[in-house]
Amino acid sequence: MSDVGEHAFIDLAGITKRYAGVTALDGVDFTVQPGEAVCLAGENGSGKSTLIKIISGVEKLTEGRIRIGGKDRPVLNPRISAAAGVMVIFQDFSLFPNLSVYENIAFATQLSAHRRLYERDKAREIAREALDRIGVKIDLDVRVESLPVAHKQLVAICRALASQAKLIIMDEPTTALTEKEVRRLLGIIRRLKEDGVAVIFVSHKLAEVLEVSEKVVVLRNGKKVAEGPASEFDTQSLAYHMTGREMPETPPSAVPAGAKTLMRVDNLAKQGSFADINFELNAGEVLGITGLLGSGRTSLAKALFGLVAPDRGSIQVDGRDVATGDPIAACYAGIGYVPEDRLTEGLFLSQSIVRNVAIGRLDKHSGSGGFLKASAMIEEAAGWLKRLKVKAPDIDAPVQSLSGGNQQRVVLARWLSRAPRVLILNGPSVGVDVGSKADIHSIIRDLSAEGIGVIVISDDLPELLATSHRILVMRDGRVTDEVAGNSVTEEELAHRLAS
Amino acid sequence: MTVQGQKMSFTRSPEFRLLIIACAVFVFMSLLSPDRFLSGQNLTSMAFQFPEFAILALAMTITMMTGGIDLSVVGVANLSAVVAALILTQLAGPEMATGPSLIWLGFAVAAALCIGAAAGLVNGSLVAFFGLPPILATLGSGLVFTGLAIAMTGGSAVMGFPATVAWIGNESLLGVPVPLILFGLLALGLHLLLTKTAFGLRVTMYGANPLAALYAAVNINRVLLKVYVIAGMLASSAGLVIMSRANSAKADYGSSYLLLAVLIAVLGGVNPYGGYGRVIGVVLAVLSMQFLSSGLNMLQVSNFARELIWGVLLIFVMVINSNAIGRGFFARAKPTKSS
Amino acid sequence: MNKWVPQDFWTRNETLVSGVIVLFCVAATLSDPLFLSVTTLSDLLRASIVIGILAIGAMLVLVSGGIDVSFTAIAVFAMYSATVFSLAVWPDMPWPVIFLISTAIGALLGAINGVFIAFFGLPTLIVTLGTLSVFRGFLLTFIGSQRISALPPEMRDFSRGVIARGTTEAGSFYSFPWALAALVAVIVLTWFILHKTMLGRSIYAIGGSTESARRLGINVKATQFFVYVYVGALAGLAGIIHGSMGRMADPFSLVGLELSVIAAVVLGGARLIGGYGTLTGTLLGVALIVIVQNSLIVVGIPTTWQSVAIGLLILIGTGVPAYRAKRAATRAG
Repeated sequence: MSDVGEHAFIDLAGITKRYAGVTALDGVDFTVQPGEAVCLAGENGSGKSTLIKIISGVEKLTEGRIRIGGKDRPVLNPRISAAAGVMVIFQDFSLFPNLSVYENIAFATQLSAHRRLYERDKAREIAREALDRIGVKIDLDVRVESLPVAHKQLVAICRALASQAKLIIMDEPTTALTEKEVRRLLGIIRRLKEDGVAVIFVSHKLAEVLEVSEKVVVLRNGKKVAEGPASEFDTQSLAYHMTGREMPETPPSAVPAGAKTLMRVDNLAKQGSFADINFELNAGEVLGITGLLGSGRTSLAKALFGLVAPDRGSIQVDGRDVATGDPIAACYAGIGYVPEDRLTEGLFLSQSIVRNVAIGRLDKHSGSGGFLKASAMIEEAAGWLKRLKVKAPDIDAPVQSLSGGNQQRVVLARWLSRAPRVLILNGPSVGVDVGSKADIHSIIRDLSAEGIGVIVISDDLPELLATSHRILVMRDGRVTDEVAGNSVTEEELAHRLAS
Repeated sequence: MTVQGQKMSFTRSPEFRLLIIACAVFVFMSLLSPDRFLSGQNLTSMAFQFPEFAILALAMTITMMTGGIDLSVVGVANLSAVVAALILTQLAGPEMATGPSLIWLGFAVAAALCIGAAAGLVNGSLVAFFGLPPILATLGSGLVFTGLAIAMTGGSAVMGFPATVAWIGNESLLGVPVPLILFGLLALGLHLLLTKTAFGLRVTMYGANPLAALYAAVNINRVLLKVYVIAGMLASSAGLVIMSRANSAKADYGSSYLLLAVLIAVLGGVNPYGGYGRVIGVVLAVLSMQFLSSGLNMLQVSNFARELIWGVLLIFVMVINSNAIGRGFFARAKPTKSS
Repeated sequence: MNKWVPQDFWTRNETLVSGVIVLFCVAATLSDPLFLSVTTLSDLLRASIVIGILAIGAMLVLVSGGIDVSFTAIAVFAMYSATVFSLAVWPDMPWPVIFLISTAIGALLGAINGVFIAFFGLPTLIVTLGTLSVFRGFLLTFIGSQRISALPPEMRDFSRGVIARGTTEAGSFYSFPWALAALVAVIVLTWFILHKTMLGRSIYAIGGSTESARRLGINVKATQFFVYVYVGALAGLAGIIHGSMGRMADPFSLVGLELSVIAAVVLGGARLIGGYGTLTGTLLGVALIVIVQNSLIVVGIPTTWQSVAIGLLILIGTGVPAYRAKRAATRAG
């Protein structure tokens, strides 16, 4: 490997990182050539973020050797790493919402020039140059907060370019983009590569960026388990390497014939989000709703639970109208909602596990004068935690001490304790480990077997195929396709999604 | 932030630290001047002094539990007191006999509590329905409430109550000062409300993560309205105690109590970003403050020095708690602003 | 691309506040034609100097994402102790030296806030609430609690110095004191820092996103520390001007004004979450508060209603944008 390492921009050998006894990385070799695009794939906890942190100087390695730009770097910190041309674009882009586009692009450059005075004209010039380099026009003077997500990402790329980036590391670059935006991003990446800028994509969903990449590196449990030309990988083989096992999930058993209609949505529409949404959900049915980001799937999910007020249309549960735009009304009508972003929307992180479940059942356990019947409440919550196999040493511990999969089960337990008629799961397995993912899918199957109507909203196609009886495909706020879950393959579904 | 978890060994809790501080201050002051600090007279006078601002601190506590604050408590207290005082002077007057004056007193108290509830409703609506940050909502409404009290009185004190009015603030029942009894009942009530009721749990959970509360179908507007109404009514109770003890009501009484109330709540371990707070902590904080200020009084230390020491105490406790609260600050300061 | 440029002129706080000021002036002129005179202007400007300087400091803190309620205590502390020091050491001390001492004391006290906020990472409201008590208590306990009306002669001389004075045709007297120049100097200096230095831009950046600022390599602690020192210095300057113009060193003055000053800043469009705030907006907010405080009577509202008026202004001035933002947020879904 050393002959390659001669010219490599990044050359890591035998990288090991241990945190208090836990080995996050174990003897990983990793190289990136100038102008090369590398996919770094791995599940959560595989060590890919640790590797990035080591390259960008945020974390110190325990063992191993780092060369950046042909020089050994025994001492590395964010400043040295940045000065060598390594730029990380985090998933949240780390921009300043209150500042203008040009200032965001030029800030780091001006900062590293160690000037005390701020030169506005110079900043605009730097920004314009960077935007020209990727061939994009964005108004320099608007505040970044008013930009759409895709443009924020471009601003972040320009900022990296303005700082003489030789390697841009992009964390989950495509999750927030529409198909068109992904195409544009790929075009920009090609231009950068021609300029000699290397790119590392860090992601657990790489299909979209495979075509511009030269190389794929897969990490699992801190070890490099696969490396090779991008052309040799496809979605399945990536998934296999990332998880280390084939995942034969039992497809859902058929909905019993003659099941009655639980939920009915008529002409639901909201300006700028979704329109003409009509569907029925039967008892015991799992309905998948998918679409790219910006297709309106999340807005629709929120509207079904009253978190977004639709402009018109109606929702019925068991034949009764549910007031729209009111989560409490939706809740009392028997609709439950497990949100996409567990940490900010789903959980009360600092509060105990049992409280996180019990908050859904306070009315049930309120006695006279509003006093809680605490023991019954705790008992019920504990029962649900047990049923969902939440592994918690102490149910009075803060919920933030749990792993992602267990946290998701806590949110599920909260809703299941309310015995919902319809349960909406938005991204049910985002950020949970493989084992828990399979468990959550089997919980979904169990729920439908009990006659609950389940709506799974996800962009994880294997997940939808493993759980759903029927899948609605959304594009530009409309349902463009409806397929039976057992009648399509993943490729077909992906095609319908993007076409 | 283990401090915010429900279960925690008592010895590691901020309340335990406060208990030690309170005891230490008490012992220290007792040793320094045993005959005077421990005298019945001093202990009684302390028991008369602190309830008025301690009740304001309770009002502050419940709003801070939701991650808010109520800067209008003193304004509400004075406005309620002025309204009660106007009823008592215009309709009852100083010469009235005990029997009928009691009825008017009851009426005045009811009116004051209604004012407090109405003021709380205004604050709660501004926060819940208009989305105003609580600091600004209550800063503005506090000025309005104080302003109304000034406008009603022309800025001067209202006095000339029936003799029965003084009972609230100056008498003892079975040897226990009435204001202390009042404070004890209110503190106990708030403690039960926060720890034993569904509403209390909702308040805590909302304070811990307002967005998750919304997604868990908690009626957050109702929670906020109730919280500010309770804070308003607590404030008006404090206003009545102040009125009775001063035997008058004025728009600018107790202006130093606002900062004191915030200070006590924070000192008592209430997380100003919401989600954690215990009434027992607030009570211990009040006691520490009162022991300290009373002891300093014995030592001929001026009122101003007390202010100095309170400030030092507050910062000292914050530095000690900084691991917990400091992390909470960074975790909650700006959850969604980095893009 | 124009769709990203919100035509926000009509929804800006600056516009709203200017509108209210103009309306107020029209109403005042209609009820008293003498209102629109150079005398009124000089009175209002005179009243704006101290609160204006304090407000600029408070704005800076809000932009950085914090809040400071201790600046009034710093102002009084610096003013009173500089005066006492001058009287004790060198009564004929030239006023620039006294001013410098007061400003330096202010900066020092600000540095204390800065240490706790920037280096200990404590919440700003709580720290400054504590230091408000500490500074005030220390001043009144150890330095003095008596009003001093026999100021150093140079301070009195300063207050007599005017840029222009005269009598209007209607026979009323007006004067523009030199202290106005101090306000102008503070405005220019702050404008320069905020818009022409990396330090100033860093303050906005930190207010916008502390985490991003840290990742980008901005020295967050040093910047925050600077903010509190600068605010302290401004407070020290405002304090000594207040003492000189009022011809009295009163250790009980100013404290209690802090929330009104913050209200003026917020009216001018600064946001409590940080990152937003302009000098223009702040000065307009100050102008509005000062006009309401001084001229309410002209439009027929008794002065006893002053607090109510200011309170309502705050509620409306901050409530309208907040309500609009809330609506926009729920609409966006």
